Amino acid sequence: MNHIPKLDRRAFVIGSAALGSGLALGLDIPLGGPTVVRAADGSPEINAWVVIRPDDTVVIRIARSEMGQGSLTGLAQLVAEELDCDWSKVTTEYPTPGQSVARKRAWGDFSTGGSRGIRASADYVRKGGATARAMLIQAAAEEWKVPVSECIAANSVVTHTPSGRKTTYGKVAEAAAKVSPPADVKVKDPKDWKLVGKGVKRLDTADKTTGKMLYGIDMKLPGMLNAAIKQCPVFGGKVKSFDEAKIANMKGVKKVVKVGESTVAVVADTWWHAKTALDALPIVWDDGGNGQVSSASIAKWLEEGFDPSQPTYIGNENGDAKAAIAGAAKKVEAFYDYPYQNHATMEPMNATALYTADRCEVWCGTQNGEAAFAATLEASGLPADKCDVHKLILGGGFGRRGQTDYVRQAVLIAKEMPGTPIKLLWTREEDMQHGYYHPVTRCKMTGAFDANNNLTALHMRISGQSILFTLRPEALVNGKDPVTFQGLNASGETAIGYSVPNLLIEHSMRNPHVPPGFWRGVNVNHNAIYLECFMDELAQSVGQDPLEFRRKLMSKHPKHLAVLNAVAERIGWGTPAPQGVYRGLAQFMGFNSYVAGAAEISVTDNGSKIKVHRIVGATDPGYAVNPAQIDRQVAGSFVYGLSGLFYGGCTVKDGRIEQANFDSYNSMRIAEMPKVESIIIPSGGFWGGVGEPTICVAAPAVLNAYFLATGKRIRSVPLKDQNIAFA
Amino acid sequence: MANLTINGKSFDVDVEPDTPLLWAIRENAGLTGTKYGCGIAQCGACTVHVGGVAMRSCSVMVSEVAGKKITTIEGLADNGNLHKVQQAWIANDVPQCGYCQSGMIMAVAALLKDKPKPTDDDINEAITNICRCGTFQQVREAIHAAANA
Repeated sequence: MNHIPKLDRRAFVIGSAALGSGLALGLDIPLGGPTVVRAADGSPEINAWVVIRPDDTVVIRIARSEMGQGSLTGLAQLVAEELDCDWSKVTTEYPTPGQSVARKRAWGDFSTGGSRGIRASADYVRKGGATARAMLIQAAAEEWKVPVSECIAANSVVTHTPSGRKTTYGKVAEAAAKVSPPADVKVKDPKDWKLVGKGVKRLDTADKTTGKMLYGIDMKLPGMLNAAIKQCPVFGGKVKSFDEAKIANMKGVKKVVKVGESTVAVVADTWWHAKTALDALPIVWDDGGNGQVSSASIAKWLEEGFDPSQPTYIGNENGDAKAAIAGAAKKVEAFYDYPYQNHATMEPMNATALYTADRCEVWCGTQNGEAAFAATLEASGLPADKCDVHKLILGGGFGRRGQTDYVRQAVLIAKEMPGTPIKLLWTREEDMQHGYYHPVTRCKMTGAFDANNNLTALHMRISGQSILFTLRPEALVNGKDPVTFQGLNASGETAIGYSVPNLLIEHSMRNPHVPPGFWRGVNVNHNAIYLECFMDELAQSVGQDPLEFRRKLMSKHPKHLAVLNAVAERIGWGTPAPQGVYRGLAQFMGFNSYVAGAAEISVTDNGSKIKVHRIVGATDPGYAVNPAQIDRQVAGSFVYGLSGLFYGGCTVKDGRIEQANFDSYNSMRIAEMPKVESIIIPSGGFWGGVGEPTICVAAPAVLNAYFLATGKRIRSVPLKDQNIAFA
Repeated sequence: MANLTINGKSFDVDVEPDTPLLWAIRENAGLTGTKYGCGIAQCGACTVHVGGVAMRSCSVMVSEVAGKKITTIEGLADNGNLHKVQQAWIANDVPQCGYCQSGMIMAVAALLKDKPKPTDDDINEAITNICRCGTFQQVREAIHAAANA
């Protein structure tokens, strides 16, 4: 039976409004207006995106969250490009969600997921920069009493061309803030970009090398107390009872708080005291009826999804795949599996909250400031004008910090101690066992050939969990979860790159009680393994080269093909590999970007050790804002994806997750890191994401190479369960 | 109560002797550059130097380090001059989220003290910190850059 999540209706309404990614489109750029809006230090806002200080410092407002992906820097580049300001004088700041709500959502969508940080805000942040530039030029022209058309701006300096007079942005900022903004501004043609497209250094590096960077876990407020937390180990379970008296006299303990129905927190002077006391607190849990669920019971349920009598949702269909397979000259069939995965951000979940009778403030790392704000309102019971959320840099997000469970908990604990700031920090164990896991799926792949070895049909039947069913049921389409079909759709931003005469891709939905979530790359992680490993299987079944086999199916998908060709060429496909080295390929599309990967591996110890020597990754994100950061996202995504392939996998026993820490859920180290070569092919005309898409090509490229090395086809993850490790 | 010498300064910290050094550093000395990642010496985010040796402070008790010279990321710079590892980190734009980097930098600083010109194999053996963002390629480049600085 599908597990039905309990939703708080109020949180649902606010949360879904805050999540709506489309709302920012058509956003009005706030006007400087006759009244000058001032930043906290008194400097004038030219508009919501740009503040200019008298010393020519340009403060660019960034609504999206920085979690390592570099979009803080990339978004600043987009604004600065249009502003024509001096990049060396640029700094950034986060507006708060409370400020945004008070200003009719001046900064649009805060949510930072789905690799949307740059691609979904590029249009309006560039307009923000261009508008501010026009206002600065106009202010200078008015001061000189010359036509605007005679003035140009570059590098934070406005010049009156005929006379050669010059002024700086800092000098005209006060006047510019009073100028009526132009009704419409043109942004630059990409061919005129000077700063966008350059691999400039990140703006947030220095403090990350000295220990100064403030993460949520580092928050300090006067009189602050610390909270440690334990949630019912079985998802959906409850607290039955706890014996508070047993820890009442332990050092530093201030209070024991029941948080909602499923959670207990201990508040103490230090977190170490809170954690030590919580470990000693006897708690009796009610497992809520899920105490018998195991990985085996989930697997059995997924297997039932292949029974033809079970209903499915169709994601992509052309021709009649079932009939074509039934009448085929040759049929190939295989089952693939992908497990639950935990995000395991380096910084465990945490939030600090201060609640007083008429105000509630939260400090935290979040991928969605507005959702955190909505959670603060809901948990505090206070209205929007009495709440705010102060975003801090995230110690990793990967999709986990788009959820607001930890924010809600911090507020509920703080509410029990009005006037005292409370910092809630989860242990690694709590973090590992109370995530929103990459969903579990199993997939039956079937391909059919005619007598001439042409692929005539492809049938892909995915049985498994839907993310939207639990997290955003309002986004289901007549019950179907469209996100399930990432990379497999007929068209759009996650389109399949192959044309097959008869195609059927369907989803038999099964929703176990383990909460699913958006894990870097989301469903492309498994969809790419299923499709791209099976493409190799199909090619090999008819004795064809995997690259040539794909090319024949890709003539109508030139962008998919271009990235595949790029990695094939760079890896040396078709030329002899070094002795003992084998190559594998994969291509896919996700988050509106086209990606491909090619790996070189060697295998030792009877197939039980894999050395990944090299991976070439190609990306066509349409426009490449900062190539140096894209290179880092590509290499970093390979580490995350390969960690999941080799070491990952969260298993369920007695209704709970078994893995508790990095000793049982390991992550790649530097010794296991392949050399990564990133090829960026920005073909222009569209905006694609870069934080996530490439993650999905590393695993199938390695698995395809492994088959060539060993003759053994691996169809399930993680490799550690098959006694295969990094060499 | 224990006395700790951290970055050349003396701290009287009111903790039980079995308190992990990490939490005495973060909560009692108030130095939050040293990070909590796992608590079981797996990830290395909490790496500090004790008597010049890199140690995972989550798994060292305060009672074990009394009287020893402890250096955290905040104490790595010398009179405001960044350590060559920190400089290489900035020059090579290494950090992504940055959370693991304090521990990574401390581990690398200790490695370079032992082996001023480490080979890739030396790096593979000595640097076992987890970075979930996957900065390893830049970490390796920056280690070699620092060694050659």
